[in-house]
Amino acid sequence: MGLQAKLADLLIPPELKAHFDKVEKPVGDAGYDPWGFKLENAKAGMAAFRWVHDKYFRVQSYGIENIPAKGRALVIANHGGQLPMDGLMIGMAIAMRKENPRFVRAMIERFFPTVPILGNWLNSVGAVIGDPVNCEKMLEREEVIVVFPEGARGAGKLYKDAYQLERFGNGFMRLAMEFDAPIIPVGVVGNEETMPAVANIKPLAKLLGVPYVPVAPPVPLPAQMHLNFGEAMRFPNDDASEEEVAARVDEVKAAINGLIAKGLKERESIF
Amino acid sequence: MEIMVTGAAGTLAKHVIDQLRDAGHSVVACYFRDALELDNRERVTSYRVDITKRGFEDVFRNHKIQAVLHLGRITTTQDRRANRRYASNVDGTRKLLELSRKYGVKQMVILSTYFVYGASAYNPALLDEEAPLKASVLDKNLIDMVELENLAHIHMFQYPELHITILRPANIVGPHTQNGLSLQLSREATPYLLGFNPMMQFVQVEDMADAVIASFKGNKPGIYNVAAEDWAGYQDALRMAGCGMIPVPSIPPGLTNLIADLSPKVGLNAFPRYLVPYMKYPVVIDGSKFTEAFDWQPKYNIEQALAYYRDKKQFKRAG
Repeated sequence: MGLQAKLADLLIPPELKAHFDKVEKPVGDAGYDPWGFKLENAKAGMAAFRWVHDKYFRVQSYGIENIPAKGRALVIANHGGQLPMDGLMIGMAIAMRKENPRFVRAMIERFFPTVPILGNWLNSVGAVIGDPVNCEKMLEREEVIVVFPEGARGAGKLYKDAYQLERFGNGFMRLAMEFDAPIIPVGVVGNEETMPAVANIKPLAKLLGVPYVPVAPPVPLPAQMHLNFGEAMRFPNDDASEEEVAARVDEVKAAINGLIAKGLKERESIF
Repeated sequence: MEIMVTGAAGTLAKHVIDQLRDAGHSVVACYFRDALELDNRERVTSYRVDITKRGFEDVFRNHKIQAVLHLGRITTTQDRRANRRYASNVDGTRKLLELSRKYGVKQMVILSTYFVYGASAYNPALLDEEAPLKASVLDKNLIDMVELENLAHIHMFQYPELHITILRPANIVGPHTQNGLSLQLSREATPYLLGFNPMMQFVQVEDMADAVIASFKGNKPGIYNVAAEDWAGYQDALRMAGCGMIPVPSIPPGLTNLIADLSPKVGLNAFPRYLVPYMKYPVVIDGSKFTEAFDWQPKYNIEQALAYYRDKKQFKRAG
């Protein structure tokens, strides 16, 4: 056992170990999958972030049973809050659910692999660069994939635009149709308040080669997070035109807007 | 049936030749490495010959060759001069393809490598055979490998009567393998790039020999990745191979290249520059097309394949 594995073993409380044993995940003999996912790292990461999920953001999830017990699925959510806390908390919620916990994959920005340490760590807990080939191969392998079709446009939005959906890409819909994967819409509420940004320093972002540099609190604020998982949506694998696909994307967008409205109504206070 | 095997001095070819002999074939073994004993056993005829030279045609004249297993390659570890490698690997392969057509060879198996895909941060995992070959964009040292493939592709398209199978294996490892990565694994202390642990795949040399034989017997022309369903990070692989770990700065990228370029000048020979992107970013290939077409399954997993390097080092230390 390596040092990392020993550390993980110490970190993870026994009841969590028993819980994670329920998760099925195909990895090779060396403990990795093709995208660099490593079961030990994912478990240790979950254990480390459990406090953040339970106590810091006090995440409340509704309709989490809509994530299928097994088989491929696309989890489509609104994006925001500068840091990928939304993806992390959706992944935690699905991994921590009592019945049929699963480890999800998340599609991330293409610059992450170029960042030393962080890039590999993100891969080891399940994140993968948002390339359609990755998504196809993972659906073939029956993974649950979290996609934010707003991409960096959503993550970097300013607080004045909070909970207003940016343009959605159509790629996720094409993949859902081709691979007959159910879409589970998610409305994330609270994430926008974790790091409310008042401005984006565009020249600095350009200089650093990152999508945005926000003027925002230096650390995420402890806002309450509400995750509303909607019912699975299915779309036929027909020869739909780009226009028809866009209409289907709008259906998903409408569902997410409904779930966001529900979450905003449910929450009693921001913090 | 007479079968030509090029690169016969290499360890992969030796395993392949043994299997061909055992199956009752006659082997015409060609190699170009100095100071090597001729392998003239029963049913093996050896030639030390430069395949780019005119004299090479005599081998075809003297034998009735029906299949060519083209495993020979001048690697960067054998000759650092890119133009020399190009002449031998690309022009040599063209000559071989032409002679094969002229003398009615029915079938060719050509050894390529997963390196042709090129290591980039934007690579998706599980690349299949249709993925673009980006290696030559990254480093001129890999141009010959991509060009060699291009040549073979043209022949596949123009002369379908010559059945060509191209194999793109993951890193070939094991006893006596001499490729760049295998040499890194053999070292007592091996450099890696700080903060980067790209996924890698490995094929043990005996498993690779089985793959060459399977593609020869199966005779299904096409391009195939050869890799098992087993992956490990480069740093994990070095640990499995019992290497001491030397961290090398990875940012700014120019610094890493500078270390690669300067180290031979001070007698250190840290790592060849063409390996830098592969020590940083993954090139994970999907080998399922090959395993399904040829019913190939490796005997060694990564740990078992790399144990050879660890055991060798322990044996050496024990004296």
